Amino acid sequence: MRSHLLLLVLFAFFVSLVFATIAKDDVREQVRLGAVMFAGFIACAIALGWLMYPLPL
Amino acid sequence: MRATAAEESQSGNLVLLCLASWAIPGAGHLWLGRRNKGLIFLVALPLMFAIGLALRGRLFPFDFSDPLVLLEALADFGMGATYFLSKALGYGAGDVRAVTYEYGNAFLVVAGLLNVLVVIDAYDIAVGRK
Repeated sequence: MRSHLLLLVLFAFFVSLVFATIAKDDVREQVRLGAVMFAGFIACAIALGWLMYPLPL
Repeated sequence: MRATAAEESQSGNLVLLCLASWAIPGAGHLWLGRRNKGLIFLVALPLMFAIGLALRGRLFPFDFSDPLVLLEALADFGMGATYFLSKALGYGAGDVRAVTYEYGNAFLVVAGLLNVLVVIDAYDIAVGRK
């Protein structure tokens, strides 16, 4: 498994899962928080990746 | 003021609970009857740790001369029994030439740190803060 994107998605999934499980008690709230965190991780990673695209200048 | 026998017994139970939760991810929550949470931690954290090892990540030694290595070792140590089992079975040597080496380290370190959060959460539930 060498795909950086796949590893990033896997990492984001595990961290979101554990954080959402710790932070919320209700299953529906856990799913909602987990999904938001997961989407945030992926969106930030892709956005930062594109911002760093021209580097090194 | 001396602690009563009941208070001593309760603090002894709290220590045991935290030790169990550290040694086996999710054990504290299972002990407290939070079965779903406990099972999620029991599966997710060791799996994350195992992926880190499979990606050729390194279980860092307790090297006091290098603060960053020491911090990573402390984070790895957060995984409890899984950490010792992996060491005993010879995993976690790490391969710095592997493309996935840094990813492996990230998985190992974060799995350990998340388990520390899980221990704190179990403690909070036990003392009635949650």
